[in-house]
Amino acid sequence: MGVIFKAIWSQLVTLAMVLRHTFTKTDTVQYPEVMPYLAPRYRGRIILTRDPDGEERCVACNLCAVVCPVDCIALQKTEDEDGRWYPEFFRINFSRCILCGMCEEACPTYAIQLTPDFEMCEYDRQNMVYEKEHLLISGQGKYPGYSFYNVAGKTIKDKDKGQALNEAEPVNVKSLLP
Amino acid sequence: MEGFVIYIVIFGTLVGAFGGAAVLIWFERRLLGLWQDRLGPNRVGPLGIGLALADIIKMFAKEDWVPPFADKFVFVFAPTTIIMAMLLGFAVVPYAPGLYISDLNIGLLFFLGMTSLAVYSVLLGGLASNNKYALLGGLRSAAQMVSYEVFMGLSLMGVVMLTGSFSLVDIVLWQEEHTWFVIPQFFGFVVFFIAGIAESHRLPFDLPEAEHELIAGFHTEYSGMKFGMFMVGEYMGVILISCIVATIFFGGWLGPAFLPPIIWFFLKTFFFICFFILLRAAIPRPRYDQLMSFGWKYMLPLTLVNLLITGAVALWV
Repeated sequence: MGVIFKAIWSQLVTLAMVLRHTFTKTDTVQYPEVMPYLAPRYRGRIILTRDPDGEERCVACNLCAVVCPVDCIALQKTEDEDGRWYPEFFRINFSRCILCGMCEEACPTYAIQLTPDFEMCEYDRQNMVYEKEHLLISGQGKYPGYSFYNVAGKTIKDKDKGQALNEAEPVNVKSLLP
Repeated sequence: MEGFVIYIVIFGTLVGAFGGAAVLIWFERRLLGLWQDRLGPNRVGPLGIGLALADIIKMFAKEDWVPPFADKFVFVFAPTTIIMAMLLGFAVVPYAPGLYISDLNIGLLFFLGMTSLAVYSVLLGGLASNNKYALLGGLRSAAQMVSYEVFMGLSLMGVVMLTGSFSLVDIVLWQEEHTWFVIPQFFGFVVFFIAGIAESHRLPFDLPEAEHELIAGFHTEYSGMKFGMFMVGEYMGVILISCIVATIFFGGWLGPAFLPPIIWFFLKTFFFICFFILLRAAIPRPRYDQLMSFGWKYMLPLTLVNLLITGAVALWV
């Protein structure tokens, strides 16, 4: 008999507890009207950034394409007359991309970056393939002031070996002086 | 009931039953959302009420497929039965003094008969689908509804004993004279309400459908408006059971005079519809054998004891 009353009581308590939720706040966020806060380091749509001089940061080293677990990045290296490397084409297939951010971690020049934007729906799957002109932005992204060629030992026009930031003069191997 | 008024009542009942069932589809989802800390559908129209209309359009526009292996005539006939039975059940519900379709002197029996007819719809639908899940659902619903039918009828007999009439109008008038039947017939009310849930196979007693085990139970093979008729029939059953509970146990149209009687009736009905939805939000579905043993081992003896005591009181007091 006690078991029965306990069971009935348990059901009534359940009803009361659910009824109490009439007055609790809903957890729903009404998405298109109320946008959720996304941190600056949120991993969303991928961009390619430029250095402070407005040149492309990407040096087409292929590290992002290699590290990409779903192989969604394709690029081809080429070189301009100044000796700077840049990608001839740079293509990200966002229908494959899982926004894992490994490309950003692998990038030695801060060129490829993920942004807090995830609204990239398309009706046509072909439109999910972003070419370089879609990926390149005119700003510097999350790392302002960084320029790879200013700190790297690579020779380009108007900047010889040893002229980079914090770089020592190259050792003259033919000199006997210490 | 004479002339013009009865046509208005019939028309109002028809529109009210179908419209109410349609609105209930939306209202239930809103209320479930509220109790689950969600919002529920709120996009189509104000508060999302346009969703009811959108659902109706969807129902009519969907492909209405009759499986080639089904028993065609019965398959098509089954969903109409539940609508017919439920609509006929509304015929004896008194909305307000003088505002009812028919004051049958066997009103209560008529109501019980009509809700029993609804079992044919589920059973035939399950059988005619020629599908294992549908058959299991149909079987379960037949067993469930037949066994809950027994004490659904018996639980009302206490009321009938005290009133001395099967007419729903007489029952309400008795309550006007004495007191609402929920007090002298509390156990009758509890048993009738539980049986009513099982009868309209709503959660937690929706074992004929039991989507976790039986896909969709008896209406697995149904699509389009045929499925829609099952669904509308189920919601009409909810409204009908709520109407009857309000009429028999909570005084029907009775209430303080600051509101007209019909408003009181609809308020009470609305309360019980909300309670149906609360049950769905809160209580999990029992196992099939638990359902049957609950019915036969606890509900039936409780009803019989209630009947015995009521009879004794009616006889000697």
